[in-house]
Amino acid sequence: MNRLSWLHAWLMLLPALAMLLAFTHIPTLTTLWHSLFFPARGSEAAEFAGLDNYRMMLEDDVFWQALSNNLWYALGTVPTSIALALVMALWVNSRISGRTALRLAYFTPTMLPMIAVANIWLFFYTPEIGLFNKLLALFGHPGINWLGDPDWALPSLMLMTVWKEAGFFMIFYLAALQTLSRDIYDAAALEGAGRWYTFRRLTLPLLMPTTLFVLVNAILNAFKLVDHLFILTKGGPNNASNLLLYYIYENAFSFFDSNYAATLTAVMLLMLILLALLQFGVLERRIHYR
Amino acid sequence: MMTRLNTFLSTSAAWLLGLLWILPLLYALWAATHPAEYATRFDLLAPLTGEHFVTAWQQAPFMRYMLNTVIITGLILAAQLVLCTLAGYALARMRFRGRGLAFALVLLQLMVMPEILIVENYRTLSGLELIDTHLGVGLPYMASAFGIFLLRQTFKGVPQELEDAARLEGCSRLGVLWKVYVPLAKPTYLAYGLVSVSHHWNNFLWPLVVTNTENSRPLTVGMAIFGAPESGVDWPVICAGTLIAIGPLLAVFLLFQRRFVQSFMHAGLK
Repeated sequence: MNRLSWLHAWLMLLPALAMLLAFTHIPTLTTLWHSLFFPARGSEAAEFAGLDNYRMMLEDDVFWQALSNNLWYALGTVPTSIALALVMALWVNSRISGRTALRLAYFTPTMLPMIAVANIWLFFYTPEIGLFNKLLALFGHPGINWLGDPDWALPSLMLMTVWKEAGFFMIFYLAALQTLSRDIYDAAALEGAGRWYTFRRLTLPLLMPTTLFVLVNAILNAFKLVDHLFILTKGGPNNASNLLLYYIYENAFSFFDSNYAATLTAVMLLMLILLALLQFGVLERRIHYR
Repeated sequence: MMTRLNTFLSTSAAWLLGLLWILPLLYALWAATHPAEYATRFDLLAPLTGEHFVTAWQQAPFMRYMLNTVIITGLILAAQLVLCTLAGYALARMRFRGRGLAFALVLLQLMVMPEILIVENYRTLSGLELIDTHLGVGLPYMASAFGIFLLRQTFKGVPQELEDAARLEGCSRLGVLWKVYVPLAKPTYLAYGLVSVSHHWNNFLWPLVVTNTENSRPLTVGMAIFGAPESGVDWPVICAGTLIAIGPLLAVFLLFQRRFVQSFMHAGLK
């Protein structure tokens, strides 16, 4: 009986586990394996490269630029969209007039594909006729080459990303806010706590688990979402807005060096491991208050 | 008095932000429905036109793209529901050696998502000769750690007594799963379904890599080609095409927005 149920359990797990093995676990390992080879030339077998690809990567300026761009991109988008998401959630959770419409307005960008959104925003950023420069012209400003200026390309991407993502994170805060009990707030009001005090000392700590969850997801998104680059900048000008995953894509499918792409993917995997450690090690421990 | 002013200010700020948030979409709608010379001139009396939609429709095989997207998202969702139900149940209610390990292996995918592994997965798919097929676009997503996790949590909340009673009646394990667990988890299925469909409807990078003809290309990839500057399409036409592409999902979303938002909240809570 016991033996049979053991077999049943594994049989039920088998389809899902097999797919996960085939498209997650094994590719993770082969990524590391392939990063140790030179690309195959013609019909010859690929030559073992040892750590040469990694050495090449360390000397690759574009890699460093993409990596630092990605970190700035995360730094620019994550805290802003989380803060906005929290404010939005507080608004649509309160008795504000027209809150259904507001909730809808905040959430809609989330439902649109990044590609569609980028198509629309591309026009906002266009130098001569774009909406943003028309607005600037109203104030007598000559205008900015948003996507063509190396200083502005990455911030332009960030702005759009914040707009796209804040509403998504709002949902998680809203869900959390709705589970908070009224009683503690009544108690706080009874003690004469002000609104700001209540928010800082009550709401914010109670939302900490949500903040952690959203934080990890926002960082993940900052590394895995590069769709808009295909439309807006293609990583340019001169790699000023290149991000790690886009650079991986370029190497694999434009430069046809899948071994170097695998090397770059290994870096990406390393960062994800660090993120996982951060989530389960440091942050999770600090958040569970007794 | 002070609180009144505060409330007023905060409400105005909320509305201003809401307006900003919806503006790009309204703007696309404006550009798509007015003659090109009104693209940046806002005039309430500007004549309406549907020509951009017609042009867009003729310039790209939207029908085909849409069909591909529907097939791909449907394929992924169907496989996900089956695989995640089975795995979720095993992890929630069965005791066996290696359960902890199996669960850890599943959770790994929450971090290492298929997007990151496009290079190796492309290699696998070309080995299977599934490049440029609907199945090829769907395969890496069919086992979903998120879905397994979500269903496991839901199944754990089902009273064990219900299962025991059904088993006493002579119901098999799969029978119990189908007759007891699945009906009770309906809200989770709905939530997961909506999240999954909207995710895969909008997915771009992997489909871009793995498709190369109209036979399997989904809307997002079609839209990217359509909107590319090289293709030399007018701005209002791009807007119209974009609206055609996002129309169906957006319409469903607006109709059932309460459901959608609740579902996303439900999925986020677990």
